[in-house]
Amino acid sequence: MIRLEDIHKSYKMGKSSLHVLKGINVEVNPGELVAIMGSSGSGKSTLLNILGMLDVADRGHYELDGITIKNLNEKRAARYRNNLLGFVFQSFNLINYKSALENVALPLYYKGISRKERQKVAMGLLERVGLKPWATHLPNELSGGQKQRVAIARALVSKPKVVLADEPTGALDSTTSYEVMNLIKEINAEGKTILVVTHERDISQMCNRIIKLKDGEIAEDSLTANGALNK
Amino acid sequence: MFDRDRWIEIFETIRKNKLRTVLSGFTVALGIYIFIILFGLGNGLKNTFQEFFLDDAENVIFVYPGRTSIPYKGFKSGRVIEFDNSDIADIKNNFSYYLEYISPRIFSRVTATYQNESDNYRKLSVGPDHQYIEKTVIMYGRYLNEQDLNDRKKYAVIGRLVALDLFEKQDAVGNYIDLNGIAYKVIGVFQDSGGDRIERIIYTPYTTEQLINKNTDEISTFAVTFKKNLGHAGSLIFENELRKFLKEKKAISPKDPRGVYLSNLADELKQTQQFAGVLQTIVSIVGIGTLIAGIIGISNIMVFVVKERTKELGIRKALGASPRSVINMVLQESILITTFSGYVGLFLGILTLSGFGDSLEQYFVKNPYINLNTAIFATVVLIICGGIAGYIPAKRAASIKPIVALRDE
Repeated sequence: MIRLEDIHKSYKMGKSSLHVLKGINVEVNPGELVAIMGSSGSGKSTLLNILGMLDVADRGHYELDGITIKNLNEKRAARYRNNLLGFVFQSFNLINYKSALENVALPLYYKGISRKERQKVAMGLLERVGLKPWATHLPNELSGGQKQRVAIARALVSKPKVVLADEPTGALDSTTSYEVMNLIKEINAEGKTILVVTHERDISQMCNRIIKLKDGEIAEDSLTANGALNK
Repeated sequence: MFDRDRWIEIFETIRKNKLRTVLSGFTVALGIYIFIILFGLGNGLKNTFQEFFLDDAENVIFVYPGRTSIPYKGFKSGRVIEFDNSDIADIKNNFSYYLEYISPRIFSRVTATYQNESDNYRKLSVGPDHQYIEKTVIMYGRYLNEQDLNDRKKYAVIGRLVALDLFEKQDAVGNYIDLNGIAYKVIGVFQDSGGDRIERIIYTPYTTEQLINKNTDEISTFAVTFKKNLGHAGSLIFENELRKFLKEKKAISPKDPRGVYLSNLADELKQTQQFAGVLQTIVSIVGIGTLIAGIIGISNIMVFVVKERTKELGIRKALGASPRSVINMVLQESILITTFSGYVGLFLGILTLSGFGDSLEQYFVKNPYINLNTAIFATVVLIICGGIAGYIPAKRAASIKPIVALRDE
């Protein structure tokens, strides 16, 4: 599903440049639930940004669902993001003046799907994450866990190939974190490929596979107990 | 552009962000409103000015005596020149080709009394022609005529405000008023578009005035009008001929710049129009200034609005919005708001102006108005500038990478 070959990325810091990613090689198969771990500065966010087409690698080959991602202009990147990817952020990033239902339906608006259809699909997904009764509520009327579940529903609404979650439990307490992770696991069990960036060990243990980054390189790539079991 | 779904999205955004909408809408509406009011009041000022200064007949020459400054024909310098009745008669005879009307003007201050009411006014003793020179409009009764002049009648034609002061609501015509101890019969009440000052004048026959002043035939000043078909060049010839004639008759040196003064309104008119032009320029500058202030106001709001939405725009981009759709959304929203509120301001401004009507005449503002084209032009300028002011930050916001926009503060 995802193939990264020799991905390099450096940032210019005045005269010197900071080499953040130093040749990343990863292959992710369909249906995997992968945790990307690493301390801050290890390059995990940069990697996620490149995967999410929010940033572009300096060098290397990136293939997503058989499509080679390169020379993206903003418009194409937007289309790919819309069709191939779903995002879940640490700070939820819901639009605060839109109801839960409208937030979930928004990606479909950019897909050009009719209003009626959007509402129907979005409502189905809210039901899936257990928030149908909260459909008309605004984000600030929801708890953190509920917000993240809305965000997950939103990430899934456009039927993406891959869901990218950047510290999805970073702003939640541990009970809620497990609830959200269980939801992610359920969705993964339905066959969705999901990448979770986290620095929490217990969260990463709930995934099937852990990729540990250190100083811009992959330090470790192993299956968890779960993953070994699934294989 | 006319995608129904997009408009629904925009209307929802507007509806759910009332503060933002009201803020930017208010700025535009206020900008247009103030522009229209100021421009309209400026126009009102201009109207007053024109009426005030363009009131007299445009073909009038006022003639004033002076004091000679050059010795001539055996006379010392410093001699005081005086006009008398023979001068009027001579001008009538010599200048019939040019002349339209001629009338002496003898000023004095009087205390006018009727029953218990009394006040000070200016008395202007004139001939019947003066009605046409001053463009006096008779409201009641009649003006002075030749018969009154020949009979040296103690008749008075009083201004509208004099009648109001002394007679209040009573009929003034036919009653007698006391002018410095002499009883005059009021034969007419006049109004004059020249303003309050003129409507406080009392006209009497100049022959009567001369009789009272020890039966003199002296005339302090006089005014003539020339035939309008002479044009500007003809009027200048007339003016020169008249000056030459008077200097000749009064034995004033042709080189003496003093002795006799002629004021030609044709020249004055030119100056007046220049002044009106300056006034127009000031009004325009005030208008443009207001408009610029409005543009700056809406620009500030726009920058603020886009700044506030940076995160939202980043989210939208992460969810698959193309940069163009982000820019279009911001632009369409801002243009919708500015257009709507711009026309609200336009409507309210024009409504207020017409509400003023003539109520501000005491502040020299008469019939304030704004040309509808000017008003609409200003509104459109503001809308376009609001659009540009929204476009630049919107474009920047759309080009910010979503990851930057989404970074937690």
